[in-house]
Amino acid sequence: MPLPDSYLDYPARRYGMDHDRYDWSDLFQRRPIRWPNGARVALSIVTHVQHFPLDMPAKPFKAPGALSMPYPDFRYFTNRDYGNRLGVFRVLRLLSDMGLRGSFAINGCIAARYPAVVQAVVEGGHEVVAHGLDMGKVHHSGLTEPDEDAIIAEALRLLREGSGQAVTGWLSPGRAQGFNTPELLVRNGVRWCLDWANDDLPYEMRTDNGPLLAMPLAHETDDRVVANEYFHSEPEWEQQVKDRFDVLYRESAEYGGRVMSVPLHSWVSGMPYRVEYLREALGYMLAHDGVWTAPAGEIAAAFAGQE
Amino acid sequence: MAAPMQSDLRLYDYLPWPGRPKITWPGGKKLAVWIAPNIEFYEYDPPDNPTRTPWGRPNPDVLQYSHRDYGNRAGWQRMMAAMDRAGFRGSVSLNVALCDHHPEIIRACADRGWEFFSHGIYNTRYVYNMTIEQEREIIRDAFDTVRKHTGQELAGWLSPALSNNLWTMDILAEAGIQYTCDMFHDDQPMPVKVASGRLISMPYSLEMNDVIVYNSQKVTPRHYGEIIRRQFDQLYRESDESGMVMCIPLHPYLVGQPHRIDAFAEAIEYIAGHEGVWQATGREIAAHYHASGAYDAMAAAAAAHAQGER
Repeated sequence: MPLPDSYLDYPARRYGMDHDRYDWSDLFQRRPIRWPNGARVALSIVTHVQHFPLDMPAKPFKAPGALSMPYPDFRYFTNRDYGNRLGVFRVLRLLSDMGLRGSFAINGCIAARYPAVVQAVVEGGHEVVAHGLDMGKVHHSGLTEPDEDAIIAEALRLLREGSGQAVTGWLSPGRAQGFNTPELLVRNGVRWCLDWANDDLPYEMRTDNGPLLAMPLAHETDDRVVANEYFHSEPEWEQQVKDRFDVLYRESAEYGGRVMSVPLHSWVSGMPYRVEYLREALGYMLAHDGVWTAPAGEIAAAFAGQE
Repeated sequence: MAAPMQSDLRLYDYLPWPGRPKITWPGGKKLAVWIAPNIEFYEYDPPDNPTRTPWGRPNPDVLQYSHRDYGNRAGWQRMMAAMDRAGFRGSVSLNVALCDHHPEIIRACADRGWEFFSHGIYNTRYVYNMTIEQEREIIRDAFDTVRKHTGQELAGWLSPALSNNLWTMDILAEAGIQYTCDMFHDDQPMPVKVASGRLISMPYSLEMNDVIVYNSQKVTPRHYGEIIRRQFDQLYRESDESGMVMCIPLHPYLVGQPHRIDAFAEAIEYIAGHEGVWQATGREIAAHYHASGAYDAMAAAAAAHAQGER
């Protein structure tokens, strides 16, 4: 079958982006961002805390890290659950040792299944970010608006009630969205979102229901991506995190504040043989002057305060 | 409709390395090195092609879309700065719609004397299943768009996402394209056998291409720098005998990431530090290949070899 001639039509071929979600902007031509107390780099540590249901659907796609063995997949169900029993507490203990506060992106169902996790995160002085309902509930445009809205509302309700925090930050399972997801997030009181991987600074997105701040979250130095997609060793992950920091730190001298994000998974970096590499990487960055470690929501607020 | 598949399109004659006519580069340089940044635009909501669906997830695949968009917001500047420091001009493998979307990037490249060659309209539109007339329209669009925005006349072509049809090389040559980057069979430019005109297969490279190195070979950022140096050292030595070509194809959304840029920058500075390097563009290599008689000599040698005269 030949292609219809409409395949050669490009309705969104125009200046800027091919959608209205945000404007194009050159990272190196923006007004310099100033972080509190003259900090050069805002260090945003975001730990994913996840539940992978044994019966998670394969369609329309599985979130990364999904169970992959024939049902019932004891192997990965329990390996991922390790993160909720030990891994997350190992990360929490390390952050406490180092006197650091960060963000924990938690599947909503965790608040019901394992309230002790949410409680420990809150008591550690950390921030709860909504990470969808569970890893089987991916957001995509095949969902009806009421169905997607119900998933978002339920995740936020569970985490808000469980944490006592306002919970205005969001990270979708698999960083997946449908066309309408940002509208629904804002309608449910979400103010900033970690899904989009196109920047090293926050920037504003438009939705029909008001603005949504896109917060940076590195994709390719995420612990799970480095370990399970690139198959690089944990010393190599540490090296890449340090190299990433060095460049952002260097740029901050000339171009203003940067965000150094460190995405972690409780079932990856929370493993016994890995967690000390996390300590090394964080220690390396903190040995530099002008590194401000804060939950992503506080970084978002500091950014928004300069607009 | 579908033509039967063929085992070999015979787009080039076999010509073993030993005994080839000697290639010389301008100014007595040994090795031509060119850098080809793929400056691309991937669409948010592209149509499906029956042969290939653009995104792994249903539209919009915001993670993959935004990952590529990183190149046009942040990565390209780091890549360009590294190339400036090493004195390399780029030969841009351009999704030509980017002229409409991001003229600022086009201007920065043009101001540096970079060449633009065509990498199709968008990287989410493939030529699979096109009629020959539809594919000719893509070529016309690319010529017109690049001319309108840069004043340059297209010389080179890399098919969008490396999608091709049986006739693609013929209609590129017919339209006046001088070199194709779609074939990886040699370290020297070679004639392509086309129905009309003259077409050069320009050494591009899968194995130096950051997207292949990082994502298929799972190579670490620092080891990519090592790979580039090794490839260069070997080709530089071998170019004592006859000029070769080394290409480094890039994607700013990958090499322009903060954790990758320095290893790359150091590698190309290492290359630029060698006196026998010709820091060229694709167009310049093609022009010299013709002007020096290398095209005719290689074509004659290949024809002679095919007739068993060697």
